[in-house]
Amino acid sequence: MNKEYEVVIIGGGPAGLTAGLYTSRDRLNSLLIERGLAGGQIVNAQWVENYPGFPEGISGFELGQLIHQQATKYGLETVTAEATGIELQQEQKVVKTTESNFIAKAVIIASGSERHKLGIPGEEEFTGKGVSYCATCDAAFFRQQPVAIVGGGDAAITEALHLAKFASRVIVIHRRHQLRASRILQEKALAEPKIEFLWDTVVEEIVGKDSVKRLKLHQVVTGEKPTLEIAGIFISIGLKPNTNYLKGILPLDATGHISTNEKMETEIAGIFAAGDIRYHSARQAIAAAGDGATAAIYAEKFITGQS
Amino acid sequence: MNKPIAIDDSNFDQIVLQAKTPVVVDFWATWCAPCRMVAPIIDELAEEYSGRISFAKVDVDQNSKIATRYSIMSIPTLLIFKKGEPISHTVGYKPKEELKRSLDAALE
Repeated sequence: MNKEYEVVIIGGGPAGLTAGLYTSRDRLNSLLIERGLAGGQIVNAQWVENYPGFPEGISGFELGQLIHQQATKYGLETVTAEATGIELQQEQKVVKTTESNFIAKAVIIASGSERHKLGIPGEEEFTGKGVSYCATCDAAFFRQQPVAIVGGGDAAITEALHLAKFASRVIVIHRRHQLRASRILQEKALAEPKIEFLWDTVVEEIVGKDSVKRLKLHQVVTGEKPTLEIAGIFISIGLKPNTNYLKGILPLDATGHISTNEKMETEIAGIFAAGDIRYHSARQAIAAAGDGATAAIYAEKFITGQS
Repeated sequence: MNKPIAIDDSNFDQIVLQAKTPVVVDFWATWCAPCRMVAPIIDELAEEYSGRISFAKVDVDQNSKIATRYSIMSIPTLLIFKKGEPISHTVGYKPKEELKRSLDAALE
Protein backbone atom coordinates (compact mmCIF):
# COMPACT_ATOMS: atom_id res chain seq x y z
CA MET A 1 0.00 0.00 0.00
CA ASN A 2 1.51 3.32 -1.04
CA LYS A 3 1.15 5.96 1.62
CA GLU A 4 -0.66 9.13 0.60
CA TYR A 5 0.26 12.70 1.42
CA GLU A 6 -0.87 16.10 0.32
CA VAL A 7 2.70 17.30 -0.19
CA VAL A 8 5.84 15.25 -0.72
CA ILE A 9 9.12 17.18 -0.53
CA ILE A 10 12.28 15.66 -2.00
CA GLY A 11 15.41 16.86 -0.22
CA GLY A 12 16.17 18.04 3.31
CA GLY A 13 18.38 21.07 2.75
CA PRO A 14 17.33 24.65 3.52
CA ALA A 15 14.88 24.66 0.55
CA GLY A 16 13.10 21.41 1.39
CA LEU A 17 13.04 21.99 5.14
CA THR A 18 11.64 25.51 4.77
CA ALA A 19 8.99 24.19 2.37
CA GLY A 20 8.11 21.56 4.99
CA LEU A 21 7.95 24.19 7.72
CA TYR A 22 5.39 26.13 5.70
CA THR A 23 3.26 23.20 4.46
CA SER A 24 3.08 21.58 7.91
CA ARG A 25 2.08 24.90 9.49
CA ASP A 26 -0.62 25.07 6.83
CA ARG A 27 -1.78 21.71 8.21
CA LEU A 28 -1.03 19.96 4.96
CA ASN A 29 -0.17 16.33 5.46
CA SER A 30 3.49 16.50 4.43
CA LEU A 31 6.40 14.11 3.97
CA LEU A 32 10.03 15.03 3.46
CA ILE A 33 12.37 12.53 1.82
CA GLU A 34 16.08 12.88 2.58
CA ARG A 35 18.83 10.41 1.70
CA GLY A 36 21.31 11.39 4.38
CA LEU A 37 21.11 13.70 7.31
CA ALA A 38 18.91 16.76 6.94
CA GLY A 39 20.65 20.09 6.44
CA GLY A 40 21.93 19.88 2.87
CA GLN A 41 25.23 21.20 1.51
CA ILE A 42 25.33 23.95 4.12
CA VAL A 43 26.30 21.41 6.81
CA ASN A 44 29.72 21.21 5.15
CA ALA A 45 30.34 24.93 5.60
CA GLN A 46 32.71 25.56 8.47
CA TRP A 47 31.20 28.92 9.26
CA VAL A 48 28.28 30.81 7.71
CA GLU A 49 28.32 34.59 8.03
CA ASN A 50 25.64 35.54 5.51
CA TYR A 51 22.52 33.83 6.84
CA PRO A 52 20.41 36.61 8.39
CA GLY A 53 19.52 36.25 12.05
CA PHE A 54 22.98 35.10 13.11
CA PRO A 55 25.02 38.30 13.45
CA GLU A 56 28.02 36.43 14.89
CA GLY A 57 27.82 33.73 12.23
CA ILE A 58 27.00 30.08 12.80
CA SER A 59 28.53 26.73 11.83
CA GLY A 60 26.89 25.23 8.76
CA PHE A 61 26.24 22.03 10.63
CA GLU A 62 24.45 23.80 13.46
CA LEU A 63 22.44 25.92 11.03
CA GLY A 64 21.28 22.76 9.24
CA GLN A 65 20.30 21.18 12.57
CA LEU A 66 18.38 24.28 13.67
CA ILE A 67 16.44 24.55 10.40
CA HIS A 68 15.62 20.85 10.69
CA GLN A 69 14.50 21.24 14.30
CA GLN A 70 12.20 24.13 13.40
CA ALA A 71 10.82 22.44 10.27
CA THR A 72 9.83 19.23 12.07
CA LYS A 73 8.15 21.02 14.97
CA TYR A 74 4.73 21.22 13.31
CA GLY A 75 4.10 17.67 12.17
CA LEU A 76 6.31 17.30 9.11
CA GLU A 77 7.05 13.61 8.59
CA THR A 78 10.48 12.59 7.38
CA VAL A 79 11.83 9.41 5.82
CA THR A 80 15.40 8.40 5.01
CA ALA A 81 15.40 7.27 1.40
CA GLU A 82 16.66 8.30 -2.00
CA ALA A 83 14.14 9.43 -4.62
CA THR A 84 14.44 7.40 -7.80
CA GLY A 85 11.66 8.91 -9.93
CA ILE A 86 8.26 10.53 -10.17
CA GLU A 87 5.33 8.98 -12.01
CA LEU A 88 2.17 10.82 -12.96
CA GLN A 89 -1.11 8.99 -12.45
CA GLN A 90 -3.94 11.31 -13.45
CA GLU A 91 -4.01 14.01 -10.76
CA GLN A 92 -1.68 12.09 -8.47
CA LYS A 93 2.08 12.06 -8.37
CA VAL A 94 3.84 8.90 -7.28
CA VAL A 95 7.27 9.58 -5.83
CA LYS A 96 9.38 6.45 -6.07
CA THR A 97 12.19 5.94 -3.57
CA THR A 98 14.63 3.30 -2.43
CA GLU A 99 12.30 2.56 0.53
CA SER A 100 8.78 2.64 -0.93
CA ASN A 101 6.49 4.75 -3.11
CA PHE A 102 4.63 7.80 -1.83
CA ILE A 103 1.56 9.38 -3.40
CA ALA A 104 1.17 13.15 -3.38
CA LYS A 105 -1.13 15.86 -4.65
CA ALA A 106 1.84 18.22 -4.96
CA VAL A 107 5.57 17.54 -5.06
CA ILE A 108 8.31 20.01 -4.16
CA ILE A 109 11.65 19.03 -5.63
CA ALA A 110 14.48 20.38 -3.49
CA SER A 111 17.10 17.69 -3.93
CA GLY A 112 19.89 20.24 -4.20
CA SER A 113 23.33 19.67 -5.52
CA GLU A 114 26.56 17.86 -4.91
CA ARG A 115 30.16 18.72 -5.59
CA HIS A 116 31.60 18.61 -9.07
CA LYS A 117 34.63 16.48 -9.66
CA LEU A 118 37.57 17.58 -11.81
CA GLY A 119 37.39 14.46 -13.95
CA ILE A 120 41.17 14.17 -14.37
CA PRO A 121 43.60 11.24 -14.07
CA GLY A 122 44.48 10.42 -10.47
CA GLU A 123 41.42 12.06 -8.95
CA GLU A 124 39.47 8.90 -8.27
CA GLU A 125 42.54 6.79 -7.53
CA PHE A 126 43.71 9.16 -4.78
CA THR A 127 40.34 10.06 -3.26
CA GLY A 128 40.90 9.57 0.45
CA LYS A 129 44.66 9.44 -0.18
CA GLY A 130 45.26 13.16 -0.53
CA VAL A 131 42.33 14.11 -2.76
CA SER A 132 39.51 15.57 -0.67
CA TYR A 133 36.20 17.30 -1.23
CA CYS A 134 35.79 18.42 2.39
CA ALA A 135 38.35 20.79 3.89
CA THR A 136 36.46 20.93 7.18
CA CYS A 137 36.78 17.15 7.49
CA ASP A 138 40.31 16.61 6.33
CA ALA A 139 42.37 19.77 6.95
CA ALA A 140 43.79 18.32 10.17
CA PHE A 141 45.43 15.44 8.30
CA PHE A 142 47.72 17.92 6.54
CA ARG A 143 49.38 19.67 9.48
CA GLN A 144 52.59 21.43 8.39
CA GLN A 145 52.27 20.10 4.84
CA PRO A 146 51.63 21.98 1.59
CA VAL A 147 48.18 21.62 0.06
CA ALA A 148 46.38 22.95 -2.99
CA ILE A 149 42.78 23.98 -3.31
CA VAL A 150 41.10 24.15 -6.71
CA GLY A 151 38.36 26.73 -7.19
CA GLY A 152 37.65 30.42 -6.76
CA GLY A 153 34.18 30.71 -5.26
CA ASP A 154 33.01 31.37 -1.70
CA ALA A 155 33.31 27.72 -0.73
CA ALA A 156 36.86 27.40 -2.10
CA ILE A 157 38.12 30.54 -0.37
CA THR A 158 36.43 29.68 2.93
CA GLU A 159 38.14 26.32 2.72
CA ALA A 160 41.52 27.90 1.87
CA LEU A 161 41.23 30.01 5.02
CA HIS A 162 40.41 26.93 7.08
CA LEU A 163 43.30 24.97 5.55
CA ALA A 164 45.70 27.80 6.39
CA LYS A 165 45.16 27.01 10.08
CA PHE A 166 46.80 23.60 9.57
CA ALA A 167 48.87 23.41 6.40
CA SER A 168 52.32 24.91 5.84
CA ARG A 169 51.24 26.47 2.51
CA VAL A 170 47.87 26.72 0.78
CA ILE A 171 48.01 27.19 -2.97
CA VAL A 172 44.74 28.32 -4.52
CA ILE A 173 44.55 27.11 -8.13
CA HIS A 174 41.98 28.98 -10.16
CA ARG A 175 41.26 28.71 -13.87
CA ARG A 176 40.38 32.40 -14.17
CA HIS A 177 42.32 35.57 -13.43
CA GLN A 178 40.14 36.66 -10.55
CA LEU A 179 38.10 35.07 -7.80
CA ARG A 180 34.34 34.70 -7.83
CA ALA A 181 34.22 34.69 -4.01
CA SER A 182 32.67 37.62 -2.17
CA ARG A 183 35.02 40.58 -1.60
CA ILE A 184 35.20 40.13 2.16
CA LEU A 185 36.48 36.58 1.74
CA GLN A 186 38.97 37.68 -0.92
CA GLU A 187 40.33 40.33 1.44
CA LYS A 188 40.78 37.75 4.20
CA ALA A 189 42.54 35.34 1.85
CA LEU A 190 44.88 38.01 0.46
CA ALA A 191 45.81 39.01 4.02
CA GLU A 192 46.67 35.42 4.99
CA PRO A 193 50.42 34.92 4.44
CA LYS A 194 50.12 31.14 4.02
CA ILE A 195 47.75 31.47 1.06
CA GLU A 196 49.22 31.83 -2.45
CA PHE A 197 47.41 32.03 -5.78
CA LEU A 198 48.03 30.40 -9.13
CA TRP A 199 45.86 32.22 -11.65
CA ASP A 200 44.68 31.04 -15.07
CA THR A 201 45.75 27.56 -14.12
CA VAL A 202 44.07 24.18 -14.38
CA VAL A 203 45.10 20.85 -12.91
CA GLU A 204 45.66 18.21 -15.57
CA GLU A 205 46.76 15.25 -13.50
CA ILE A 206 47.17 14.20 -9.88
CA VAL A 207 50.30 12.10 -9.43
CA GLY A 208 51.37 10.01 -6.47
CA LYS A 209 52.25 6.59 -5.22
CA ASP A 210 50.58 5.55 -1.96
CA SER A 211 49.23 9.07 -1.67
CA VAL A 212 49.27 12.32 -3.62
CA LYS A 213 52.74 13.73 -4.31
CA ARG A 214 52.37 16.36 -7.03
CA LEU A 215 50.08 18.04 -9.54
CA LYS A 216 50.64 18.51 -13.24
CA LEU A 217 49.37 21.98 -14.05
CA HIS A 218 48.61 23.92 -17.20
CA GLN A 219 48.92 27.70 -17.25
CA VAL A 220 46.30 28.47 -19.87
CA VAL A 221 47.60 31.94 -20.83
CA THR A 222 51.32 31.21 -21.21
CA GLY A 223 50.88 27.53 -22.11
CA GLU A 224 53.44 26.50 -19.50
CA LYS A 225 53.05 23.12 -17.83
CA PRO A 226 54.65 23.30 -14.39
CA THR A 227 54.38 20.71 -11.63
CA LEU A 228 53.55 21.46 -8.01
CA GLU A 229 54.66 19.33 -5.06
CA ILE A 230 51.86 19.00 -2.52
CA ALA A 231 50.58 16.45 0.00
CA GLY A 232 46.90 17.12 -0.52
CA ILE A 233 44.50 18.61 -3.04
CA PHE A 234 41.07 19.92 -2.07
CA ILE A 235 38.52 20.28 -4.84
CA SER A 236 35.86 22.97 -4.61
CA ILE A 237 34.81 23.81 -8.15
CA GLY A 238 31.11 24.23 -7.66
CA LEU A 239 28.03 22.12 -7.45
CA LYS A 240 25.98 20.06 -9.86
CA PRO A 241 22.26 19.50 -9.38
CA ASN A 242 20.96 16.12 -8.21
CA THR A 243 18.48 15.64 -11.03
CA ASN A 244 19.50 12.33 -12.62
CA TYR A 245 16.33 10.68 -11.34
CA LEU A 246 14.21 13.34 -13.09
CA LYS A 247 15.50 12.71 -16.63
CA GLY A 248 12.56 12.08 -18.93
CA ILE A 249 10.13 13.40 -16.33
CA LEU A 250 10.92 17.11 -16.31
CA PRO A 251 12.83 19.14 -18.89
CA LEU A 252 16.36 19.81 -17.64
CA ASP A 253 18.84 22.30 -19.08
CA ALA A 254 22.31 21.30 -20.29
CA THR A 255 23.71 21.50 -16.75
CA GLY A 256 20.83 19.49 -15.28
CA HIS A 257 18.92 22.35 -13.67
CA ILE A 258 15.12 22.71 -13.65
CA SER A 259 13.35 25.80 -14.97
CA THR A 260 10.60 27.32 -12.86
CA ASN A 261 8.52 30.47 -12.93
CA GLU A 262 8.43 32.95 -10.06
CA LYS A 263 5.95 30.69 -8.21
CA MET A 264 8.51 27.85 -8.34
CA GLU A 265 6.14 25.96 -10.65
CA THR A 266 7.74 23.56 -13.13
CA GLU A 267 6.21 22.58 -16.46
CA ILE A 268 4.08 19.96 -14.72
CA ALA A 269 1.13 21.26 -12.71
CA GLY A 270 1.57 20.40 -9.04
CA ILE A 271 5.31 19.83 -9.27
CA PHE A 272 7.42 22.63 -7.85
CA ALA A 273 11.20 23.06 -7.60
CA ALA A 274 13.18 25.05 -5.04
CA GLY A 275 16.78 25.85 -4.17
CA ASP A 276 20.07 24.97 -5.88
CA ILE A 277 18.32 22.67 -8.30
CA ARG A 278 16.68 25.60 -10.13
CA TYR A 279 18.08 27.20 -13.22
CA HIS A 280 19.81 30.46 -12.23
CA SER A 281 19.56 29.73 -8.53
CA ALA A 282 21.75 32.05 -6.46
CA ARG A 283 23.03 28.90 -4.68
CA GLN A 284 22.89 30.42 -1.25
CA ALA A 285 21.27 28.81 1.78
CA ILE A 286 19.09 31.86 2.33
CA ALA A 287 17.93 31.92 -1.31
CA ALA A 288 17.10 28.22 -1.09
CA ALA A 289 15.05 28.82 2.05
CA GLY A 290 13.18 31.62 0.26
CA ASP A 291 12.48 29.34 -2.70
CA GLY A 292 11.17 26.69 -0.31
CA ALA A 293 8.74 29.10 1.29
CA THR A 294 7.50 30.30 -2.10
CA ALA A 295 7.08 26.75 -3.41
CA ALA A 296 5.15 25.76 -0.26
CA ILE A 297 2.78 28.71 -0.50
CA TYR A 298 1.93 28.01 -4.16
CA ALA A 299 1.71 24.26 -3.51
CA GLU A 300 -0.90 25.00 -0.87
CA LYS A 301 -2.85 27.18 -3.35
CA PHE A 302 -2.58 24.41 -5.95
CA ILE A 303 -3.97 21.81 -3.56
CA THR A 304 -6.83 23.98 -2.36
CA GLY A 305 -7.65 25.00 -5.91
CA GLN A 306 -6.79 28.67 -5.53
CA SER A 307 -4.14 28.79 -8.21
CA MET B 1 20.39 -2.86 20.86
CA ASN B 2 23.64 -3.48 19.07
CA LYS B 3 25.57 -0.26 18.87
CA PRO B 4 28.97 0.45 17.36
CA ILE B 5 31.62 0.49 20.09
CA ALA B 6 34.11 3.31 20.47
CA ILE B 7 37.62 1.92 20.32
CA ASP B 8 41.05 3.52 20.63
CA ASP B 9 44.74 3.05 19.89
CA SER B 10 45.10 0.72 22.88
CA ASN B 11 42.39 -1.85 22.14
CA PHE B 12 42.12 -1.68 18.34
CA ASP B 13 44.22 -4.79 17.67
CA GLN B 14 42.32 -6.90 20.13
CA ILE B 15 38.83 -5.80 19.10
CA VAL B 16 39.29 -5.46 15.36
CA LEU B 17 42.20 -7.62 14.26
CA GLN B 18 41.42 -10.61 16.45
CA ALA B 19 37.66 -10.58 15.87
CA LYS B 20 35.98 -13.74 14.61
CA THR B 21 33.41 -11.85 12.54
CA PRO B 22 34.13 -9.10 10.01
CA VAL B 23 34.42 -5.67 11.66
CA VAL B 24 33.41 -2.33 10.15
CA VAL B 25 35.55 0.51 11.49
CA ASP B 26 34.19 4.03 11.09
CA PHE B 27 37.00 6.63 11.23
CA TRP B 28 35.46 9.96 12.21
CA ALA B 29 35.92 13.20 14.12
CA THR B 30 33.61 15.64 15.83
CA TRP B 31 34.35 18.44 13.34
CA CYS B 32 33.31 16.40 10.30
CA ALA B 33 29.73 16.94 9.12
CA PRO B 34 29.57 14.03 6.66
CA CYS B 35 30.75 11.78 9.53
CA ARG B 36 27.65 12.80 11.43
CA MET B 37 25.60 11.92 8.36
CA VAL B 38 27.14 8.46 8.25
CA ALA B 39 26.71 7.80 11.99
CA PRO B 40 22.94 7.09 12.02
CA ILE B 41 23.32 4.75 9.05
CA ILE B 42 26.09 2.86 10.85
CA ASP B 43 23.82 2.58 13.89
CA GLU B 44 21.07 1.05 11.75
CA LEU B 45 23.47 -1.34 10.04
CA ALA B 46 24.88 -2.43 13.42
CA GLU B 47 21.36 -3.43 14.36
CA GLU B 48 20.57 -5.15 11.05
CA TYR B 49 23.85 -7.12 10.88
CA SER B 50 23.88 -7.90 14.60
CA GLY B 51 25.77 -11.14 15.34
CA ARG B 52 27.22 -11.34 11.84
CA ILE B 53 29.32 -8.17 11.63
CA SER B 54 30.69 -6.01 14.47
CA PHE B 55 30.89 -2.24 14.25
CA ALA B 56 33.51 0.03 15.79
CA LYS B 57 34.29 3.74 15.71
CA VAL B 58 37.66 5.44 15.91
CA ASP B 59 37.82 9.15 16.70
CA VAL B 60 40.88 10.14 14.63
CA ASP B 61 41.42 13.26 16.71
CA GLN B 62 42.10 11.16 19.82
CA ASN B 63 43.64 8.11 18.12
CA SER B 64 46.11 9.26 15.53
CA LYS B 65 48.23 6.07 15.67
CA ILE B 66 45.54 3.87 14.18
CA ALA B 67 44.57 6.53 11.65
CA THR B 68 48.21 6.82 10.56
CA ARG B 69 48.69 3.04 10.44
CA TYR B 70 45.88 2.74 7.91
CA SER B 71 46.86 5.97 6.08
CA ILE B 72 43.56 7.68 6.80
CA MET B 73 43.69 11.09 5.08
CA SER B 74 39.99 11.69 4.65
CA ILE B 75 36.99 11.16 6.87
CA PRO B 76 34.54 9.57 7.07
CA THR B 77 36.43 6.44 6.01
CA LEU B 78 34.92 3.03 6.55
CA LEU B 79 37.26 0.05 6.57
CA ILE B 80 35.94 -3.49 6.68
CA PHE B 81 38.33 -5.92 8.35
CA LYS B 82 38.17 -9.65 7.86
CA LYS B 83 40.63 -11.93 9.66
CA GLY B 84 42.76 -8.94 10.60
CA GLU B 85 43.06 -7.51 7.11
CA PRO B 86 41.26 -4.50 5.65
CA ILE B 87 39.29 -5.82 2.67
CA SER B 88 37.19 -2.78 1.79
CA HIS B 89 37.78 0.96 1.91
CA THR B 90 34.98 3.52 1.52
CA VAL B 91 35.57 7.27 1.66
CA GLY B 92 32.87 9.89 2.20
CA TYR B 93 29.15 9.66 2.64
CA LYS B 94 27.57 6.73 0.79
CA PRO B 95 23.90 5.72 0.76
CA LYS B 96 22.91 2.82 2.98
CA GLU B 97 22.18 0.49 0.05
CA GLU B 98 25.72 0.88 -1.23
CA LEU B 99 27.19 0.16 2.21
CA LYS B 100 25.01 -2.94 2.50
CA ARG B 101 26.49 -4.30 -0.71
CA SER B 102 30.02 -3.98 0.78
CA LEU B 103 28.87 -5.65 3.99
CA ASP B 104 27.21 -8.50 2.13
CA ALA B 105 30.38 -8.98 0.10
CA ALA B 106 32.40 -9.16 3.34
CA LEU B 107 30.15 -11.98 4.58
CA GLU B 108 30.71 -14.16 1.54
